Amino acid sequence: MLQASGLAAFRGERLVFRDLDFALEAGGALLLTGPNGAGKSTLLRLLGGLLRPAAGTLTWDGADALADLPAHAQRVAYVGHQDAVKPALTAAENLGFAARLTGGAVHDALEAVGLEELADLPARMLSAGQRRRLALARLVLSRAPLWLLDEPTLGLDAASVQRFGSMLEAHRAAGGLTIAATHLPLPVAEAEELALLSTPPPLAGGGWGEGAAGPLPPPLNPLPHGAGE
Amino acid sequence: MTAFAAVLSRDLRLTLRHGADTLAALLFFVLTAALFPLAIGPAPETLGRMAPGIVWVCALLAALLPLDRLFGADFEDGSLDQLLLSGLSPAAIALAKAIAHWLVTGLPLLIAAAPLALMLRMPDVAMLALLAGLLPGTMLLSLLGTAGAALVLGARRGGVLLPLLVLPLAAPVLIFGVAAADAASGDLSPRPHVLLLAALLAAALPLCPLAAGAALRSAVE
Repeated sequence: MLQASGLAAFRGERLVFRDLDFALEAGGALLLTGPNGAGKSTLLRLLGGLLRPAAGTLTWDGADALADLPAHAQRVAYVGHQDAVKPALTAAENLGFAARLTGGAVHDALEAVGLEELADLPARMLSAGQRRRLALARLVLSRAPLWLLDEPTLGLDAASVQRFGSMLEAHRAAGGLTIAATHLPLPVAEAEELALLSTPPPLAGGGWGEGAAGPLPPPLNPLPHGAGE
Repeated sequence: MTAFAAVLSRDLRLTLRHGADTLAALLFFVLTAALFPLAIGPAPETLGRMAPGIVWVCALLAALLPLDRLFGADFEDGSLDQLLLSGLSPAAIALAKAIAHWLVTGLPLLIAAAPLALMLRMPDVAMLALLAGLLPGTMLLSLLGTAGAALVLGARRGGVLLPLLVLPLAAPVLIFGVAAADAASGDLSPRPHVLLLAALLAAALPLCPLAAGAALRSAVE
């Protein structure tokens, strides 16, 4: 269903990964693992169409997925490492935007993450874990077949992780695809794993931000020329 | 269309929650314009002649005030990613933002301009021309400002860069807007100046959202 071949991406001037191939069928789950800065978040943003690949192709049902970005966005539900929660709005209002796009019910989504009691509380009163759950509630509202999750269980308690597990299961049973970047064990059965390495070129520091703080070791192999931007 | 309305209503709801930020632009407009009679003196003929320029410059600066938060807050908390994944084209998102900016900044400025012009002893005929010019003028400022705000998104000194980018683009708006009011007070027709503003608006309406949309895409990369 989703097929990637030869994907490569830059962050700023640095090549974070290249020659990445994988394929995912309906109901499949792919876990991205690897050290900090290996490009897990970058790959997720690339798959969501937020970032242009420097090389390689991504196909969905055989057609180029990134050719029509607004259409690709309809296929994608993305939970980034930021929660995208507005502190001034209540929990229910925060989901209102996603609900208006898909026509789902806000109350059901809040119930799925166990926040129905706090629906009318301003999001600034929520704890970090509750805010994360609010971000995950967006997945319930979305009808997108491809879930892209960046550290989805960060800050969640055991009960919430379990609830998230059943959300994932239902999504996969309905034929949905899941790609998650994580350092924590996820409640997901029979997932494939894709290990990203902190190679080409060897990097100091994280994959985000502009330029690493410390002195960079000289690249072992020069960057391939003409590989995109 | 539903998605467009959803973005717009979400933005309006957010601005209403941050009421103080919204009022700040309007208060800035009224207060700076009210300082001029104190500085120049209350002589009606001097004030009346300068009034269109005062109102326009203050409106222009006030419209710039809320711009750096227009995309800034969404960019920092990850909401911009969600907006771009809503299935709307980036240009449509930018247009919705521009409309929201006009509704909460441009429209209140337009309404406040009338009593302010009265306070500055502007002749009645000139006041009508001033408002006729401000209507397309404030829309233009919202569109240009949206494009500017999207362009400086993620830049380190975005807040400083923004006026440097937008003010030169807004200069024609200022010139034709003041010319319309001046023409009316000199017993000439303000029509050509207002029409020129309308022509600028017709050009900016498709171009500014397109530019802002492209800038948004590159900002999240």
